[in-house]
Amino acid sequence: MPDPVIVLIEDEPQIRRFLRATLTGQGYRLFEAGTAADGLVEVASRQPDVVIIDLGLPDLDGLEVIRRLREWSKVPVIVLSARGQERDKVGALDAGADDYVSKPFSAGELLARVRVALRHAAGAAHEDSAAFTVGELQVDLLRRHVTVAGTEVRLTPIEYKLLATLVRYAGRVVTHQQLLRDVWGPTHDDQSHYVRVYMAHLRHKIEAQPARPRYLLTEPGVGYRLAAE
Amino acid sequence: MSEYRPDPEALLARVKEEEARARRGKLKVFFGAAAGVGKTYAMLEAAREQRADGVDVVVGYIETHGRAETDALLAGLEILPRQPLEHRGAALTELDLDGALRRRPAIMLVDELAHTNAPGSRHAKRWQDVVELLDAGIDVYTTVNVQHVESLNDVVAKITGVVMRETVPDSVFEQADEVELIDLPPDDLLQRFREGKVYLPGQAQEALGNFFRKGNLIALRELALRRTAERVDAQMRVYRSEHAIDRIWPTVERILVCVGPSPMSTRLVRAAKRMADQLGAEWIAAYVETPAQLRLPAETRDSVIQTLRLAEQLGAQTIRLSGPTMSEALLAYAHDRNVTRLIVGKPRRTRWQRVFLGSIVDTLVQGSGDIDVHVIGGEREEGAAAVPPRRPALPTDWPAYLRAAVVVGLATGVAFGLFPFSELSNLVMVYLLGIVIVAMRTGRGPSLLAAVLSVAAFDFFFVPPRFTFAVTDARYLFTFLVMLIVGLVISGLTVRTRAQAEAAHHREQQTAALYAMSRELAGTRGVDNLLQVAVRHVTDVFHGQVVVLVPGNGGTLTAWTGGQFEVDANELGVARWVYEHRQPAGLGTTTLPGASALHVPLIGSTGAVGVLGLRPTDRHAMDEPERLHQFETFASQTALALERANLATDAQEAEVRIETERLRNSLLSSVSHDLRTPLATITGAVSTILDEGTRLDETTRRELLESVHEEAERLNRLVQNLLEMTRLESGALQLRKDLHPPEEVIGAALSRLGKRLGDRRVTTRVPPDLPLVAMDDVLIEQVLVNLLDNAIKYTPAGSPLDIIATATEQNLTIEVADRGPGLPPGREDKVFEKFYQTEPGEGRGAGLGLAICQGIVRAHGGRIWAQNLPGRGVAFLFTLPLVAPSPAPGHA
Repeated sequence: MPDPVIVLIEDEPQIRRFLRATLTGQGYRLFEAGTAADGLVEVASRQPDVVIIDLGLPDLDGLEVIRRLREWSKVPVIVLSARGQERDKVGALDAGADDYVSKPFSAGELLARVRVALRHAAGAAHEDSAAFTVGELQVDLLRRHVTVAGTEVRLTPIEYKLLATLVRYAGRVVTHQQLLRDVWGPTHDDQSHYVRVYMAHLRHKIEAQPARPRYLLTEPGVGYRLAAE
Repeated sequence: MSEYRPDPEALLARVKEEEARARRGKLKVFFGAAAGVGKTYAMLEAAREQRADGVDVVVGYIETHGRAETDALLAGLEILPRQPLEHRGAALTELDLDGALRRRPAIMLVDELAHTNAPGSRHAKRWQDVVELLDAGIDVYTTVNVQHVESLNDVVAKITGVVMRETVPDSVFEQADEVELIDLPPDDLLQRFREGKVYLPGQAQEALGNFFRKGNLIALRELALRRTAERVDAQMRVYRSEHAIDRIWPTVERILVCVGPSPMSTRLVRAAKRMADQLGAEWIAAYVETPAQLRLPAETRDSVIQTLRLAEQLGAQTIRLSGPTMSEALLAYAHDRNVTRLIVGKPRRTRWQRVFLGSIVDTLVQGSGDIDVHVIGGEREEGAAAVPPRRPALPTDWPAYLRAAVVVGLATGVAFGLFPFSELSNLVMVYLLGIVIVAMRTGRGPSLLAAVLSVAAFDFFFVPPRFTFAVTDARYLFTFLVMLIVGLVISGLTVRTRAQAEAAHHREQQTAALYAMSRELAGTRGVDNLLQVAVRHVTDVFHGQVVVLVPGNGGTLTAWTGGQFEVDANELGVARWVYEHRQPAGLGTTTLPGASALHVPLIGSTGAVGVLGLRPTDRHAMDEPERLHQFETFASQTALALERANLATDAQEAEVRIETERLRNSLLSSVSHDLRTPLATITGAVSTILDEGTRLDETTRRELLESVHEEAERLNRLVQNLLEMTRLESGALQLRKDLHPPEEVIGAALSRLGKRLGDRRVTTRVPPDLPLVAMDDVLIEQVLVNLLDNAIKYTPAGSPLDIIATATEQNLTIEVADRGPGLPPGREDKVFEKFYQTEPGEGRGAGLGLAICQGIVRAHGGRIWAQNLPGRGVAFLFTLPLVAPSPAPGHA
């Protein structure tokens, strides 16, 4: 299998430099662009497996780039955000991004996201990977079976649906909105506390220390992430 | 000769005066001995010269009296139309002051400075109009006769026998920039008069005939010349003192003049002024309030107050003294104040009166010690003759007389009771007692009646032959006489004492009212409260409606919202005038007397701070100068309090600015340190790696790189904190509250800290049934991160941390406890202050973390605090208020 192709759209040369080192060090094939316009051209021509894009581009707002991209491509998009506001992260995710990292970030964080993105892209082609494992958590999507450290965990239908959604996005952040839509349907997207209540139930059933979760991670202001590693 | 240096304060005052003068218009007075010497003519000539030089000259008001030559001079000059006024059906014209102010020429001509304006004008006197013109920066030319000068008024009257009613205060005359004496030899003037070229309005030609006698004219001319010479002399003295030339008389003279109700007082005051001018001395006008004075009717007391006002205008200090006799009070004060000269009027009592009753002058001379006593004589003036004390009209006082008779009757009854047991002389005492009782309750008349009735009753009922008025023993006549005299004397004394007591009580009440207001004002804060207190007191004492005007934003005067009557445009105009000119105006004053309220300026030490307006229920209540004085006193108290409040506000604002400045500096220096330290490490470490390259072994390189990583993260945290703090401070913090389970936020915080927790044991005690809490989860996560970070910083590596969450009905409480050294006792509060660090200088972090926590928790309506755990470390706790339980989510 050829090495995965990554397109990096980032205007700061320093960041490109260290990302180049990191990504090529992992064996990925990297193509860079310094502006949104160039970036879109690269994505169109290189057909990458993952796109990493900075929100603060000089010629076009990052969100706009994502939206345009999504008009003709389903490629996984990871956002680099300098602005610390959760609002911006949610905005990016709603516009079509798959995940984000906030600057300053460590190489490891980004690489983890990239791996998750690649896995999902690959997994989309193989829908029958119905079993998910992380740590001591095992989820059998076919038989709707959840075990932790070998012990079965009984979940209500809603709780299961919630967990299943997270599994589907495993490793990626899922916004409250997204969870509400997937689990409860499109009419409920302003009742985020429903999600939280059920997440709390899930945590209590699955986590050894609910107040210090290992698997069901909270991203404050944004949503939740099921740890994939 | 000792060197005389000018007093620096006096010089400063002079400099300020000169600056003020430079802005003010210049006043040029054309001064003459009498009407007809040619002042108006000379003024017009000077004006025309200026006009020829291109100066903007406008005629404000000129009285040519139809003289052709004067009229001719008017040709070519711009004349300001006069203001027409109607008074009692007669159409009059006056100087249009507002028109003049609008026109704003360089020079304005205003004839006859001493003229009285018709009612309806802004000011009562034309010289007041001129003062306003000068204040506005317009130069004025005007004319004045010598008899119009206030302090010379009496002298002129003495010379000519004609009393001039219209006067100009000396201050206006003295502050004139130029005085040009228009001199005409008396013969020439007489010639002109005979030719009919002299005209004085308001005086009959016959009276003028009296006036225009050669002797008069000579004397008047001399007076005018002398006055002008005095002015020159004064200017010379000013010049000398400015240039530090020695004064001739180094001793300080001080003159005391006694003012009383007699009409001589005004003359004494003027004489004192002239003496004070000559000596360059300060002078004091004193009014002694003896019990006798208190019985005087209101008009007389008025005239005393007018005289005191005159003295003030002429530059004296005025003071009211009280004492049993005039001479005692005067001498005591004179010795107290080191007075060097005493001015009194010649005694009017006849020699016999002086022998028996003593004369003030004699007593003063005797007691004066080394004070010079000047006795000013002169005939009794025509005009304001002394008004004798009025006796109360009989018909209006029937009840008192009746009471007197009744008391005498009672005394008779008592005497009857005693008659069998005692001598006649004792019965006299009973009657005397009766007289005293009557005197205690009523006035002179009834007491007099009581005395007479007592004598009659005594005679009728007790002196043999009883029940007749006849007297067998003639010695009893002597008894009657003595009884009557004693009765009269006792009644007189009692009435006087009572009057004194009443006066004292009245004064005390006034003072008490003022004191009450002062005390309450002293304890009040805030402009609104102050004004309310002041308004309340003023209304209590003065019976009317009160309004206060203060400068609003932008400096224009507006009515305060707590006033008691509506301030319409008219009143506002009056008030604004008062504020600008710092003088009272309105009802009862000589300026704008047509207004419905009396307005006085509120003057503090820094200037005018507002205006106090009173609309009295009795329109004439404020006519008495005493009441006006009292009102002004209340106003000045209010002004001081108002000024104090304003200054307090200013001081507070200044303090806030200083504090902000201080914090800013503190922040800058702290941040500067905290930014540079990690940067230094990073730069140092990386440059070492770059320079040393392969010479470094792997371990060292790894260590260096790790320290770079750590310091970079530290920098990141610092920047976060700074941003957060800025957001909190600027109020840009917006809480996005939603319902969250507490454990979720705790979990998020712990994840974020990640490997900084190292290998510490972190115990969480979060009950599963905790309710959802309304909070901004991002911010509360920040709070937890800061608290944990703080714990990590200040406790030994590896020591455990506890997080405990509990809930009551009202609050959720989260506690972060460590096992470290604990806080210094008593510091539990201070630790939340910005930039606080337990060991200053040990500084890791700008000390913002806990301050940020406090800001966030408080914004949620919660509380945050620290407590030392006994022997075990510190616990930081914060609460978040709970809301009503959330609606249950839909079942699936």
